[in-house]
Amino acid sequence: MADDAPQQHIKNLTMNFGPQHPAAHGVLRLVLEMDGEIVERADPHIGLLHRGTEKLIEYKTYLQAVPYFDRLDYVAPMNQEHAFALATEKLLGISVPKRGQYIRVLYCEIGRLLNHLLNITTFAIDIGAITPALWGFEEREVLMEFYERASGARLHAAYFRPGGVHQDLPAGLLDDIHLYCPRLLKMIDDLETLLTQNRIFKQRTVDVGAIDAKDAQDWGFSGPMLRASGVAWDLRKQQPYDAYADFDFDIPVGKTGDCYARYLCRMEEMRQSVRIVRQACEKMPDGPVSSTDRKVTPPPRGEMKQSMEALIHHFKLYTEGYHVPAGETYAAVEAPKGEFGVYLVADGTNKPYRCKIRAPGFAHLAATEFMSKGHMLADAVAIIGSMDVVFGEIDR
Amino acid sequence: MADFLWTHVWPIAFIVIQIVVVVAIIMGLVAYLTLAERKVLAAMQLRMGPNVVGPFGLFQPIADGLKLLTKETIIPSGANRVLFVAAPMLTFILALVAWAVIPFGNGLVIADINVGILYLFAISSLGVYGIVVAGWASNSKYAFLGALRSAAQMVSYEVSIGFVIVTVLMCAGSMNITAIVEAQNTRFGFLGWYWVPLFPMFILFFISGLAETNRTPFDLVEGESELVAGYFVEYSSMTFALFYLGEYANMILISAMTAILFMGGYLPPFDVAPFNWIPGPIWFFLKTCIGLFVFLWVRATLPRYRYDQLMRLGWKVFLPLSLAYVAIVAGVLVYGGLV
Repeated sequence: MADDAPQQHIKNLTMNFGPQHPAAHGVLRLVLEMDGEIVERADPHIGLLHRGTEKLIEYKTYLQAVPYFDRLDYVAPMNQEHAFALATEKLLGISVPKRGQYIRVLYCEIGRLLNHLLNITTFAIDIGAITPALWGFEEREVLMEFYERASGARLHAAYFRPGGVHQDLPAGLLDDIHLYCPRLLKMIDDLETLLTQNRIFKQRTVDVGAIDAKDAQDWGFSGPMLRASGVAWDLRKQQPYDAYADFDFDIPVGKTGDCYARYLCRMEEMRQSVRIVRQACEKMPDGPVSSTDRKVTPPPRGEMKQSMEALIHHFKLYTEGYHVPAGETYAAVEAPKGEFGVYLVADGTNKPYRCKIRAPGFAHLAATEFMSKGHMLADAVAIIGSMDVVFGEIDR
Repeated sequence: MADFLWTHVWPIAFIVIQIVVVVAIIMGLVAYLTLAERKVLAAMQLRMGPNVVGPFGLFQPIADGLKLLTKETIIPSGANRVLFVAAPMLTFILALVAWAVIPFGNGLVIADINVGILYLFAISSLGVYGIVVAGWASNSKYAFLGALRSAAQMVSYEVSIGFVIVTVLMCAGSMNITAIVEAQNTRFGFLGWYWVPLFPMFILFFISGLAETNRTPFDLVEGESELVAGYFVEYSSMTFALFYLGEYANMILISAMTAILFMGGYLPPFDVAPFNWIPGPIWFFLKTCIGLFVFLWVRATLPRYRYDQLMRLGWKVFLPLSLAYVAIVAGVLVYGGLV
């Protein structure tokens, strides 16, 4: 070719993926620079669902802050409340009665099931399989009814409160949950027949978005994202909180760290969660469900009719709230998506001075570019699906 | 004058009536295929499907059609207006004209031409134009990517469809579609149809048909989760409806072709008393329905291929397989003394 031939600059295709896109999982805006079908650069833009949760919490009493946690990862609301409750309890120096702890464990695992059902099925939609979603949502509905029967709300429960849980379980609920477990396991098996050995599904997920143990740790991964890469790290085992030490369950660990391993990890975690749910139903102790320290938890209604002191406690708790001694703490739980942490600074008043929320999805989303670079557009979709991002917690 | 009427006007009028009847039937089938799809998917997904409009939701297609008719046709400002409007028409027309050579029964065909199968092949190959033109004229990145994918996909799978058809042609010894059906009319009943001797081709043809019509698991042209809707993302109202109708008419066409090439078209499964009382068009319809059901079943079950995997399947698996089978069939026919 002659030297004076005009230079042709080929510009990569810049694609604006989302926020209104069926695979954007909420409000993810991904600016993709693509060379044909190959993703050269993936730049996630966040903040479209920012509600200022952390700042709002600074202006609310500790009890009023609880509902904000439901609205972070709205797929598994109670798991978030758990972290805040643990942090506040740590600062207050109170303990939760055994029954309260068991109820919390039970509902955390139901939350995990809710989350994984949603994630696996929407992941399947991202891959192109539409049926799992409808099967999964049928079961999610049942699980949300269990939420509703305990707390009165299907989603925004505000059930785990500093000191325990809001109220005791209604009669018969534990039996119903226990009876329901086999049906859920059957559904998980059905899901597996559609996906696990499906050749197209495997072709779409195996070796896609693979990340090794070191990179996963460097990027701050946690939860199934980290375990799929081969790191056996689960806060329920490593730093058991509440009654998790009493339960017998296994932590599935993957090997390859690709989308398929993450899928398998979540599938097995669902089975383990059912195991925990069953044990919780069987071993549920009797007793109070929340701390009997009346400076923190409200007295029963009956007592308020009799005792002046109880009435005053109730009035104080629901107007001023309780004062938390100055100090700072970090409490983390193994939320379905990973380590969900709350860093709480108290200044001795009835409101937190600062409440920093550590959302697992944030760290996972940050690695979008790392994981999807060089893959095809369809793989980028699969990777986002397998990361299990929910924008409520990422944008906060 | 009467002479002119008999030699020119009536034959043309007769042909027009035939065309109108066939188009009406196809449109009716398309309308109820959309309902059947929603019902079948619903059954597989543990839900009800449409059941509000009319008994068992039977009027749902009419309601859908009315809705689309009354919507506004939006033409994007950056679009090439002429091509943008022409593309859906092209797709729709091509989906319909193919039916001219399909025999619904013995002699029940608009044009019984001797190159019928070639005509079908040519028309279905033209289908890619509607999509490419739509994707380009929309002036949208998603639509453009969808159109590029579709061009690559439809071209690759047409090659193997071509070879599959060649094997059938060699067996039947004719390109006339009625003759192909009649060639399957043996004393073995449904075991004499080509799906038995050409079984791998039968499967291959149907899978390629899935790719040709851009259906799951090859629906990456419209890949919901990647390209939102693909090439018709910018279309609305009737322009969208024409694509939709065209896609479903093509599904029926592929199922009908599968029935004709491999399942004996309008022939009854056994040429004995109760079976051969039922008229041919009914058998043809039932066989087409089997194909259509598999279309829907596949959609409910399978995930989507990735672009490169689809290409690999088309060029590295299907093409060699069909090519090898052409050679085998030719060899058997020549050296087996069957010609």
